[in-house]
Amino acid sequence: MAQVFKPSANHLARLSLLAFVIIPGGLVGAGIAVSRSPWNTNVNVPLNQPVPFSHEHHVNELGIDCRYCHKTVENSPYAGMPSTHTCMSCHSQVWTNSPLLKPVRESYKTGVPLVWNRVTSLPDFVYFDHSIHVRKGIGCDVCHGQVNHMNITFKAKTFFMAWCLKCHRDPAKFIRPKNQVFNMEYRYPPDQSTLGKELMISYHVHKNGLTDCSVCHR
Amino acid sequence: MKMRMDILENQPVETKRDALLEGEQTLETVTHKVSSIVFEWNKHPRAWYVSLLVAFAFLGALTVGVAWLFYKGVGVWGINIPVGWGLAIVNFEWWMAIGQSLLLLSAGLLLMRQQWRKSISRILESTAIFAVMCAGIFPILHLGRPWVFYWLMPLGPNILGLWPQFRSPLVWDVFAMSTFMVVATLYWYMGLIPDIACLRDRTKNPTVQIITGVLALGWRGSARHWRRYQTAYYIVAGLCVAMTISAYSFVSFDFAMSIIPGWHSTFLPVFYVAGAIFEGVAIALTIIIPLRAWYGLQSYITDVHIDWLSKYLLGSNMVIVYGYFAEAFYTWYGGDKYEKLVLRNQMFGHYAPLFWIMMACNLIAPLILWSPRLRRNITIVFIVSIFVNLGMWLERFISLITSLSRSYIPSTWGFYTPSIWEIAVFIGSIGLFLFLMCLFVRFIPLMSLTELKTLLANDEGGKNHSR
Repeated sequence: MAQVFKPSANHLARLSLLAFVIIPGGLVGAGIAVSRSPWNTNVNVPLNQPVPFSHEHHVNELGIDCRYCHKTVENSPYAGMPSTHTCMSCHSQVWTNSPLLKPVRESYKTGVPLVWNRVTSLPDFVYFDHSIHVRKGIGCDVCHGQVNHMNITFKAKTFFMAWCLKCHRDPAKFIRPKNQVFNMEYRYPPDQSTLGKELMISYHVHKNGLTDCSVCHR
Repeated sequence: MKMRMDILENQPVETKRDALLEGEQTLETVTHKVSSIVFEWNKHPRAWYVSLLVAFAFLGALTVGVAWLFYKGVGVWGINIPVGWGLAIVNFEWWMAIGQSLLLLSAGLLLMRQQWRKSISRILESTAIFAVMCAGIFPILHLGRPWVFYWLMPLGPNILGLWPQFRSPLVWDVFAMSTFMVVATLYWYMGLIPDIACLRDRTKNPTVQIITGVLALGWRGSARHWRRYQTAYYIVAGLCVAMTISAYSFVSFDFAMSIIPGWHSTFLPVFYVAGAIFEGVAIALTIIIPLRAWYGLQSYITDVHIDWLSKYLLGSNMVIVYGYFAEAFYTWYGGDKYEKLVLRNQMFGHYAPLFWIMMACNLIAPLILWSPRLRRNITIVFIVSIFVNLGMWLERFISLITSLSRSYIPSTWGFYTPSIWEIAVFIGSIGLFLFLMCLFVRFIPLMSLTELKTLLANDEGGKNHSR
């Protein structure tokens, strides 16, 4: 009977041992890459909105404070989206005939609110409160990035649990004076490690409880 | 090993009644019988097709049950507080016990050089692997969000920034099961290599030649091959014995680590391993008896094998009986009122009928086998094995549900009734098992050719080692 395999098949057989490394390694690597890619996280992917609102224009160029529109951010879990009335407080005077603002005028006329597309969304099993973060000296840009330079708003961070924990495990690196929370251009000083610890003491931020499961998963 | 020239010349070896190999057997008859089941695929008995059909029907139940569970969540099951563990964990333990004990049996008997394991070892090992595959689906399904089951594996650094909770028995189960699958598959496959090489050399089909050629890993059957093979096989068998005992003890820690009355006992790991052997031997009988009838294997799996398995059933039964009495004694002697409550609830509470059925199955039914005359009646052995399977399933149901439904504070008492979706998944797991068994019988030599042939090399057809 003829041989099924040629002698060279021996080399192939030995080479195939590499598959035990390459296939599991490749699968794990692919999992890591896909879960961290913008395809999964939506980081840096601009989202279409009913009105092409530019934070760059309103915040950076005109200097409107975050809280003018997101007015419940200091005392509510939700930062709050502006009502059409808030938009019209200026746009009844400026750009009154702009075709881009037609949906806003429609909404104002009919009383049906604009439906914005959510840029950052947390899972239902995560409890998040804006007010406590703002009151303890965590700036907007820590989580949302430099929104003041975004023409169309996009997600700036992954919002992975590991990312949340980076700060919850060591808040001293990210905490800043309360009066700098809404300063989108804030730069951490070189002595942040000492300043951060001092701020934690004066704001009563206790590191020990911050990584309890029930802090976020209630 | 003593080599006899007449075997090599294919002279028939005279065998006696009640030997491990009956009839006039040569190397060729053994090889032909076993390999023909694989090669002559169109000659499978009708029972094989019926089993496959039943398996597909049950797999349908599994598909529907799992799909509905994934769509709606674990709320479709009957579980709730206080009974958060229902049929999923009962079935997990039941299947897991089969897997652990049959692998332990195969490897342990090899190390003890028991000749009668040789014709049933392949069936035991395959059953073990398939049973653990069935067991594996339950811990995943019982998670609230089954699609993120891989969070139980230590895949750090991950996007959660967390390692799994190493103090949780659920995580230990992951380690126990993955270790089992690796070691068991290795042991099973090692045993297969010379047999696959035999298929490779006998087949005329070029595709089969290539597939079996790759799987045989270049086995030539040289003396050097055999020497290394034997050494490695014994080492892996030793690993299997250590691993199965520790892995199944881990399963018992799911309970023993808690503070629920009735579970919180140091006796549990021993009881679990003994109970597993009891259950495993019973399921082995349930599978082997029909299989040998359908495929006409009575000359290879003889009445001696059935007799030995029955004796193992009796032996492990004695440990179980001891276990039940010891548990009752400890409860009484310990004097803890919550433990006493659990025992009283088991015997006279809501689930008491199940308890007495279990006692009938586990304590009374196996007693029949003490009679040698009845033990040699295959039908009776088969019926007893079915009873034991049921009894051991009930045993896990009772220990799990009674303790959870009546724990410390009366305000937390409740009842549990399995929903139809839990039952569908249980039936589905039986279907999965049956399906895998059908594939096994179709594609893999269901007895180890290598081991069977060594029986021929012994004087008197292996009889000298059968007692």
